[in-house]
Amino acid sequence: MTQPANRKRFTVPIGPQHPALKEPGHFAFDVDGEIVQSASVRLGYAHRGIEKATESRTWVQNLYLLERICGICSHIHATAYCLGVEKLAQVEVPPRAQAIRSLVAELERIHSHLLWLGVAAHESGFDTLFMYSWRDRETVMNILEVMTGNRVHYSANVLGGVKYDVDDQQAATIREGLDFLEERTLHYLEVVSTDSLFLQRTRNIGVMDREAAQLSGVIGPTGRASNVQRDVRLDSPYAAYADHPITPVYETTGDLLARFVVRLREQLTSIDYIRMLLDHLPNSPLTTRMPRRVKAGEAISRVEAPRGELFYYIKSNGGDMPDRIHVRTPTLCNIASVAQLVIGQHLADVPMILVGIDPCFSCNDRTSVICQDGQRDMWDWARLRQYGIDHYGTHYTKDLG
Amino acid sequence: MTNGNVPQKAPGLWQKVLDRVKTWSRTQSPWLIHFNSGSCNGCDIEILATLTPRYDAERFGVQLHGSPRHADILICTGPVTRQARERLLRTYEQMPNPKFVVAVGACAITGGVFAGCYNVIGHIDEVIPVDVYVPGCPPRPEAIIDALVILLQKLAAGPKIEEAAS
Repeated sequence: MTQPANRKRFTVPIGPQHPALKEPGHFAFDVDGEIVQSASVRLGYAHRGIEKATESRTWVQNLYLLERICGICSHIHATAYCLGVEKLAQVEVPPRAQAIRSLVAELERIHSHLLWLGVAAHESGFDTLFMYSWRDRETVMNILEVMTGNRVHYSANVLGGVKYDVDDQQAATIREGLDFLEERTLHYLEVVSTDSLFLQRTRNIGVMDREAAQLSGVIGPTGRASNVQRDVRLDSPYAAYADHPITPVYETTGDLLARFVVRLREQLTSIDYIRMLLDHLPNSPLTTRMPRRVKAGEAISRVEAPRGELFYYIKSNGGDMPDRIHVRTPTLCNIASVAQLVIGQHLADVPMILVGIDPCFSCNDRTSVICQDGQRDMWDWARLRQYGIDHYGTHYTKDLG
Repeated sequence: MTNGNVPQKAPGLWQKVLDRVKTWSRTQSPWLIHFNSGSCNGCDIEILATLTPRYDAERFGVQLHGSPRHADILICTGPVTRQARERLLRTYEQMPNPKFVVAVGACAITGGVFAGCYNVIGHIDEVIPVDVYVPGCPPRPEAIIDALVILLQKLAAGPKIEEAAS
């Protein structure tokens, strides 16, 4: 009836409160009929200002603050922070503590991937798989609770070691749980790769080949589904991964199906790795002495979180509080690829593509300052610091009404 | 406001029966809406775990819904960030009366570890009224179920609903 050129585009806003989102985020999709033409992302609803808050807490207090950057991958945040601070303080962590760090990290990966499997299945309308995977996830939550006493924020790390040991009885509980999880994971692998209805929602949807993945800087399982062969556990081993390398998992197709398969196969390698660690737990104390003040200097630490590479930059001025901590979370690298991936796809596939990268906004959210006049300039550390003091000063004193 | 001209009468038999039916149906199917105003996801995954088979809150008729206009109970997690405050208020205002708010987690109650962060303006009950508080970081699913049961008892006490509605 109308000329295609005159056709008006319709914008579909999603969020910040939306059934497809478990966390607040705002997306605007321009659609032509059912097909998405362009997308824009607006984040920052969960931005709290943690990096700034670390500067007014001691090294030990920060451990508990940084754990709460994300409730799903809390252990790995604490591990990255501990590794960085220990590097600065030149403290050698005992081998048993290193092994237990890796053990909890792999248990956390299983819990995170099962959680993701459920949420992703829910987005496709496959609620049965959601309920089953969350039922089985309770097994790994049980294991974590047996080990540490907590279901979500396990707080296994302390500066200079770990808090919890694994005795023979606990090891038996863990092995028993892992046998069940292995059986269930193999079952889910079969379900996602053979269920014809589910395959219609995943096969050849949101395809990202290796070049595109590298261009948009995708990391973690999302990248490994597109055959980007990067895994911090192999590339720069930390904790127990130096002594016992992990088997990496890659897929080549780069579609949603590959992202499902990669995460499920990673669960299987994690299960094998935990069994191997339990067989080879070294004997040593759990902690070493850690000084209250950390030597002045800078350190970076990289770890493989369930969603990809997690990066910490830590600067100390020799006091009992850090001078600066910067966190770059995997979602920040992956979220930009969504805006590319959804173009040309059906609107109904958008939630699946978004969930396919396993976004975590609470890790990711930060504020940005947009230069209105289009000028670009470089700020040095002193100027940035002064800006921060002025900015936060006015915010603190302003009447919030 | 609309029936300001009509003289208030004691409720008749028909009204009483109607109220009892309304209360009964409300206590059988309280629908939830979940809003995360800056939480770390810890409470959010425990709320989801509450709804999944091991804890199975659906046996109380509780179901998670997407639209605030269909919801009876607003489950809030996290401290309130500067940007999420307006959204939280808007979500609350869109819910039909009678409405109830459950604040889940230490951050929702006091700000938790994030108290004093520059982008955190406070806790939930500084923005909207809260009916039930669930402490913990994060609270266990059993604690969240307990909060829902307390709320159902509150719903079952009929007169308070009419107060809230007026």
